[in-house]
Amino acid sequence: METVDTTEKRNQIWAFLITGILILISILYYKVNVYYIYLIVYIWFGFAYGIMLQYGRFCFASAFRDLFAVGVPRMFVGIMIAMIAFSLVSVFLAATKMETFHPGPLGIHETIGGIIFGVGMVLAGGCASGTLYKCGEGNGTSMLAAIAICFSQAIFVNVGGWFDKFLTGYVWKQPTLTVANTKMISENFSGAARFFVGDALINTIIPSIVLFIAVYILWPRKGFLKKRMKEKSGKKSFGDEIAGIWAMITQSKRTSIAGIIIGITAGIHILAMRGMQLKFHVNNFGQLLTRMGHVADVSSRGTVFDPGYWYITSQEAQLGAWVLEKFGIDMRKNIFFGVNNGLPAPWRNPALWMSIGIIFGAMAMALLNKEFKFKIPKGELIVWGLLGGTLMGIGARLALGCNIGAFFIRIAGGDPGGWVFGAGMIVGAFIGVKFFNWWTARKMAEAVEDF
Amino acid sequence: MAQVKFEDKGNGNFLLDVCGFVCPHPQIYTKKAIAKMKPGDKLELMFDNPSSGESITSMCDSTGDEILEKKQESGKFIWIIQKV
Repeated sequence: METVDTTEKRNQIWAFLITGILILISILYYKVNVYYIYLIVYIWFGFAYGIMLQYGRFCFASAFRDLFAVGVPRMFVGIMIAMIAFSLVSVFLAATKMETFHPGPLGIHETIGGIIFGVGMVLAGGCASGTLYKCGEGNGTSMLAAIAICFSQAIFVNVGGWFDKFLTGYVWKQPTLTVANTKMISENFSGAARFFVGDALINTIIPSIVLFIAVYILWPRKGFLKKRMKEKSGKKSFGDEIAGIWAMITQSKRTSIAGIIIGITAGIHILAMRGMQLKFHVNNFGQLLTRMGHVADVSSRGTVFDPGYWYITSQEAQLGAWVLEKFGIDMRKNIFFGVNNGLPAPWRNPALWMSIGIIFGAMAMALLNKEFKFKIPKGELIVWGLLGGTLMGIGARLALGCNIGAFFIRIAGGDPGGWVFGAGMIVGAFIGVKFFNWWTARKMAEAVEDF
Repeated sequence: MAQVKFEDKGNGNFLLDVCGFVCPHPQIYTKKAIAKMKPGDKLELMFDNPSSGESITSMCDSTGDEILEKKQESGKFIWIIQKV
């Protein structure tokens, strides 16, 4: 017992140490310049996301993958709950003009990107955000996937000028819209009601409930009703269906609870970032970097990647590009880094600090729950991690976002493009599961040869 | 090399060791292993990927397979599952 206690104590010390390091970093940045409060806010929201993702085992990859692979809807439920909660907070933000959300160009590129991303997340064993929190758990495969996401994106947007042509010749010609801003909604509703009906109700809540019921009917319903009919006498009633849906929601309480808290936190994060922008009279952290003299960090427009909300992949692309630049490769002669997002030093990259916060938050939580274990990837897992990460990186660039930026945030923000990406992600997850089912059946057959 | 280990230990007892594997492998292998067992058989499942545990619990909840025991030591999980 003493060994267990010692391990537990050591884990706790590490968790406090990690938190302490982030506090120290925050103080140091504040000491250097008050503008860095902007960056510090990103760090701590990242830390909060990391804690919640790890606690809820919150991974978008498993939402569809586990449905297709093992018939488990728990993560699907968690995501729908998170999106509904986030959309409701977003109504308040939009109505009070504290919203930082921008819809993405709507088009087929979102579905194509979603399919590639979906296959990648199944292969890598985690989505873009899931990969980060799993890095915090000591998961080496996820670390490889994260590295692959960084470099695949950086190379993809820089090589051959293809991505620039894709942006100027196609993406920028696509419409951007939120449901609240459509003619039908804006003419019939005003104030908060416009955002509630358009963005929350029509774009998020109703489709989520429809999907929710579809998943219930296709997966747990049959098994639940069979079990329930055995326990009670009489005919099947509507009440039994409600009980079945409730059982699906409460099947994994920690995932559902994490869903609500993540949704609310994502909303508060937007409020905090908008507050920072108003405090310093800026719209982008690049303006603050310029004021501090770090002009090499920003793009030709004076900006850096600063979404103003939860985001994962673009900052990872910046990290990859920053490393490649150190090897003498010119990474700025493209629209993605040169014009739009800049190439800040990693320690001055606000969104990258959010990602570091996610890893640290998840690590602290995993340590406190005795779930941290450093796992060196071996054999096939090296291939799945690198290949999955590369596909996620390419998919995210094509769709201009990942499971967070192109799906979760867009849907709750009222952008129908989030569903267009989501449809692709579901198809991709299905293809990935089909492949893994075939692969694991082969491995299982080898394992039972000795029976 | 991460290797799946599935053994018949006799008298209806099986061992599945998927330590080192990440999502979705542990849950897929668990499902496939249980499918190869007979009702009443017991599976000793060893894994070290926390999120797989949440999915396996939900999976057993749906199928009715019973998780008889859950042990955890330094990042490793050892569960006993009885097929319904």
